[in-house]
Amino acid sequence: MKKLFKLFTVLAASMVLMLSLFACGEAPQEEKSEEPAKVEEAVASKEEAKIVKAGFVYVSPVGDAGYSYAHDLGRKSVDALDFATTAFVESVPEGADSERVIRNMARKGFDVIFTTSFGYMDPTMKVAKEFPDTKFMHCSGFKKSTNVTNYFGRIYQSRYLTGMVAGAMTKSNKLGYVAAFPIPEVIRGINAFTVGARQVNPDAEVRVVWTKTWYDPALEKDAAKSLLDAGCDIIAQHQDSPAPQEAAQEAGAYSIGYNSDMSSFAPKAHLTSAIWNWGPMYAKIVGQVRDGSWQGDQAVWWSMQDGVVDIAPMGPMVPEDVKIIVESAKADLMKGNDICFVGPIKDQDGNIKIAEGEKATDAQLHDMMWFVEGVVGTVK
Amino acid sequence: MPLKIRKRDDPWKWGALVVFLGALLFSLAISGLLLAGQGKDALEGLYVLWQGSFGNLWALEGALLKAIPLFLCSLGVAIAFRMQIWNIGAEGQFALGAIGATWMALLFPDLPGIILLPLMFVMAFLFGGFWAFIPAFLKLKLRVNEIISTLMLNYIAILLLDFLVFGVWKDPASFGFPMTPEFTSGAVIPHIGESRVHWGILFCTVVGIGLWAFMRYTRLGFELQASGQGSRVAKYAKIRYGMLVMLVMTLSGGFAGWAGCVETSAVLNRLQPSLMVGYGYTAIVVAWLARLEPLNIAFASFLLAALRVGVENLQLELQIPASFGVIMEGMILLTVLAGQFFLTYKLERKHRS
Repeated sequence: MKKLFKLFTVLAASMVLMLSLFACGEAPQEEKSEEPAKVEEAVASKEEAKIVKAGFVYVSPVGDAGYSYAHDLGRKSVDALDFATTAFVESVPEGADSERVIRNMARKGFDVIFTTSFGYMDPTMKVAKEFPDTKFMHCSGFKKSTNVTNYFGRIYQSRYLTGMVAGAMTKSNKLGYVAAFPIPEVIRGINAFTVGARQVNPDAEVRVVWTKTWYDPALEKDAAKSLLDAGCDIIAQHQDSPAPQEAAQEAGAYSIGYNSDMSSFAPKAHLTSAIWNWGPMYAKIVGQVRDGSWQGDQAVWWSMQDGVVDIAPMGPMVPEDVKIIVESAKADLMKGNDICFVGPIKDQDGNIKIAEGEKATDAQLHDMMWFVEGVVGTVK
Repeated sequence: MPLKIRKRDDPWKWGALVVFLGALLFSLAISGLLLAGQGKDALEGLYVLWQGSFGNLWALEGALLKAIPLFLCSLGVAIAFRMQIWNIGAEGQFALGAIGATWMALLFPDLPGIILLPLMFVMAFLFGGFWAFIPAFLKLKLRVNEIISTLMLNYIAILLLDFLVFGVWKDPASFGFPMTPEFTSGAVIPHIGESRVHWGILFCTVVGIGLWAFMRYTRLGFELQASGQGSRVAKYAKIRYGMLVMLVMTLSGGFAGWAGCVETSAVLNRLQPSLMVGYGYTAIVVAWLARLEPLNIAFASFLLAALRVGVENLQLELQIPASFGVIMEGMILLTVLAGQFFLTYKLERKHRS
């Protein structure tokens, strides 16, 4: 008797499951019938107010002083516009979960959606296909379509400048770099940092440790310590946690931050930071969405000239003459003269990668999977 | 009124349901208070949560999709737990399953789905099963504690996955980003009709019912349950305990491997590090929440997935921090688990004597 009852429950449950499946299968039809009304409604409300709804998807919490924090500062300057409202979802894992979050935003009528992490690329493309009227801005990837534009900033330009500061300030000529993952974005930053450092100090070398994390304070601190133990007297980093900064300060060394001005975490150590400043471009994009001049299918890579990347104010320990050199290089960059990868540039084995008088092309930069001369470490 | 705790003589009929709903209500009430504490409208918040979890077809779809890998992993964990083998390694077995499936997908890209997909499932089961077999073997031969070995193997599995996608399997067209090429259509589990739910759900149903029937109606299944009383009991009953441990662990890992296969094939369409979002660990919670019963596991994984989906909606609509969702999930799990106390004990008025 009891057995029968159990069997019955199992059968009933599987029936319910199957039924819900059929229900899901029918879903799109129902949605279709509702669509015209929805579109009219949307058009009407847009003409009334012309308010642009901008959505932001972040990979980490906004309170981390790091990558997402910087994007959220950008969102806030969009929110300050009188013709825009914004919303965000933080700590969204890359992959399947992000697809659902992005779709939910598109479904709720957001006009433009900024997906700010590399791993959101495929999900963004999938959702963009389903919502051709919604505009998507994907950060740091390489795919695009009629309603998806990918964007990023030339943070390597900031890295170059911070490298100059580090090269001028080091006594041991050993610079430590706590790096996240061996992908072109990070490698490019290390290379620019190294070229910048050797510009002012040809004896400088950069030692790289991979943590394979974006945010793991304990691990990143340990990595910084190991570099300090190896004789490095300046620590640069490519993660979101300020832990390497703290490690440098505890050891009486100097540090170079990333993402946002990290001086508050290690005021005695912090020389400067390579920082993101998304506000002006985000505001511009949302303005374009509003007046209809927004274009899809673009790949934009904003530079220091556009105001998207910068360095934090240099600390009081940086002497005036160093500041002057760095400021003059920054002035070059601000004029649109990209001085970071000008040949001759050799790789670690001494092979010429960028010939004398030439500049690295964007394709070379996008695909950069080799270290320049002066880096101690491997890209694996 | 003085109360005392007494052990129940008979199981409480419908008790599980009452306790579950009570715990749910309790934690929702606290969540409402927390929302109010943030200056949000508590009732609106709970409504938005409901809307995002169950109130829409798209919400149900999202929850079903997310429940699939959770269900398979949890099923695997549960059969090991039933035998009191503490397999904490579903995360790593999940990764290995994904690796096995991807290997087939990359090796035979031109095969039609009807051959390639079964091949991927078989390989995922073998890989995941093998990963779980290692700790079983170590436990039997060297008396290595399986809690430690399964946990440690998780890290190795994830590093192995990283090694593959950062190295030999990296898509040459990915600008150096760690991911394999996109699978060919034969390696992707198709969607059901126009919905976003894929056929993996049918697979889950079959596996779930199959396992339930196996435990219920076969001699081996009975032996598994009996061995749960401990190795000495098993030996007394002349059950081949060692063989069963290896079998159960292989099954357990195989199920997690299937989850990895389904997720890679149907959802991501390629192997990349973002596959690993902790299903293997959540599965342990689901298994306990469901008291290791296959049918309950189906409900519990769906509920947890729905909650996750609903909390995302709550985040978007009310702009509350992501950690609020984690707090809420934790609270529901804790109250439900704590509530099970009332299934074995009851409160009684103290009689004056």
